[in-house]
Amino acid sequence: MNRKILGKYLIAGPYIFWMAAFTIIPLCLIFYYGLTDKSGIFTLENILAIATQEHAKALWISLLLSFISTLICLVLAYPLAMILKGMSVSQHSFIVFIFILPMWMNFLLRTLAWQTILEKNGVLNSILTFFHLPKQNIINTPYAIIFGMVYNFLPFMVLPIYNVLVKIDDNVINAARDLGANSIQTFVRVIFPLSLPGVVSGITMVFIPALTTFVISNLLGGGKIYLIGNIIEQEFTTAYNWHLGSGLSLVLMAFILINMLFTFKYDGAKGAVL
Amino acid sequence: MKLKKFSILALSISLIAAVLSGCGAKQQKNDAGNLYICNWAEYIDPEVLTLFEKETGIKVSYDEFETNEIMYPVIEAGAISYDLACPSDYMIQKMIENDLLDEIDFSHIPNYANIDEAQLTAAKEFDPENKYSVPYCWGTVGILYNTKMVEKAPDSWAVLWDEQYKGNILMQDSVRDTFGITLKYLGYSLNSTNEAELNQAKELLISQRPLVQAYVVDQVRDKMIGGEASIGVIYSGEVLFCQESNEDLAYVIPKEGSNVWLDCWVIPKNAQNKENAEAFINFLCRPDIAVKNFEYITYATPNKAAKELLDTEYQENPAVFPDESILSKCETFHYLGEESEELYNSLWKEVRSN
Repeated sequence: MNRKILGKYLIAGPYIFWMAAFTIIPLCLIFYYGLTDKSGIFTLENILAIATQEHAKALWISLLLSFISTLICLVLAYPLAMILKGMSVSQHSFIVFIFILPMWMNFLLRTLAWQTILEKNGVLNSILTFFHLPKQNIINTPYAIIFGMVYNFLPFMVLPIYNVLVKIDDNVINAARDLGANSIQTFVRVIFPLSLPGVVSGITMVFIPALTTFVISNLLGGGKIYLIGNIIEQEFTTAYNWHLGSGLSLVLMAFILINMLFTFKYDGAKGAVL
Repeated sequence: MKLKKFSILALSISLIAAVLSGCGAKQQKNDAGNLYICNWAEYIDPEVLTLFEKETGIKVSYDEFETNEIMYPVIEAGAISYDLACPSDYMIQKMIENDLLDEIDFSHIPNYANIDEAQLTAAKEFDPENKYSVPYCWGTVGILYNTKMVEKAPDSWAVLWDEQYKGNILMQDSVRDTFGITLKYLGYSLNSTNEAELNQAKELLISQRPLVQAYVVDQVRDKMIGGEASIGVIYSGEVLFCQESNEDLAYVIPKEGSNVWLDCWVIPKNAQNKENAEAFINFLCRPDIAVKNFEYITYATPNKAAKELLDTEYQENPAVFPDESILSKCETFHYLGEESEELYNSLWKEVRSN
């Protein structure tokens, strides 16, 4: 009996080592840096610094842009997942494949490509000029950043929703129909509630990376739009203030935790029902 | 059954151990012939590296950084022990003050004699006894403009605040460069630590924000070549390359004066292959190599012997080798100490997030 338990620990060993080395220790370091000042004395200053005008503004813009991006992703992804569910196996696996295909390429490259497309003399404007349409100035605006976020994170919304939708038993839908529900009622009262866990995990998987990104805003925002991720990155790379950077990261983590709590609440409840 | 499991476990452990120790031994053997270099992006002719490897048998590992501010913490943390780095003036001063650099043994660098006395004197501003650094490239910061998109050739930094060019201006995403030119425009020293002057510069930069298309570093070059913008702040060394790709581009050092900078090779304290590093510096100071390198990177060389070998067209190009009259108005950046550095950074953050 004892040996069995020992064996289990042995098997879990690599994972425990991994977690400790790359998650728990770094997290402790962030807490240490975030809660101390340069001389190593405990302080809350780095966390309260979020209230200063430039930090609060960056956080607000980050929240706003990632909220809008998540919403757009949801609106685009849900119908697509529904369409995929209705297709035959060979068709939908092909479309899912097409969807995942771009992810084989590094996301930095794909975002850089968007820079070339959206530029003033870029691909998009060349096409518009060809058709004598007015040029669009998208690059270096918040729209370009939202665009980049939606483009990069859309698969993370589609796949969880799709996964939940295909698992809904057709008999459940047939039963709803038998009991006299029309298609709208079936959707609102049966399909959508059953798909909520997918929607919620999709929201998490889009919202969190969107909230913390600094690469997309750097490449598509021309350095003119400062997200909270950019501020933290700058504190670590050029301003050498790891304490402030860690303090702000802790604040950001709090926002992510709020999002996670919300997720657990829905995931847990609906998961139990399923 | 159990025995079998155990033997598999033992076997795999001994295998891993063997592989690990094997790796260790291999690395040690190679270390004698290695050189770890950390340089600015696109700041050397890759063929020069190949030639060096061929001639000496030393294996070069080469990394790039984008700004001095990004390079410094990497060297300071010492996670990778570079043997050679190429920071600019004020950053070298900071590294010397923080005891990060090793003295160079010039007896290993006979070609050091090719370096222009004038540049060595300039280097004394940050390395008072010329003990820690060997000049690599120098130049100025100025304005690159597209003659087709700009009505009148600019001669002042004021053009960066001209409403007419709204959305067509590229600024440097680098705190000292951006504040430096603004301070110059206001008539102050670009090494100002006066809070009132710096705040004035900050206000001016905030008022400029709506006019700026983007804050970038190396991309100024590509965007100017592609006609994305009409005016950009750029390092003089990029000018020849830009003009070769787009002949409408012209360079000016504004009349208020600017920054004259000097990038030098330095050897960090934790370097593992110091002699290889010195061999590499010596190689770069060889006139034929310096010329080859210049033709690729087009940054002005402090190598007198190499300059004499260049085409007169290059030697007389004021963008590359500017006149004394304008250089006398230019200043070198100094390291301003931790407190001022923090002030600069916080003001820069206000500009950027406004």
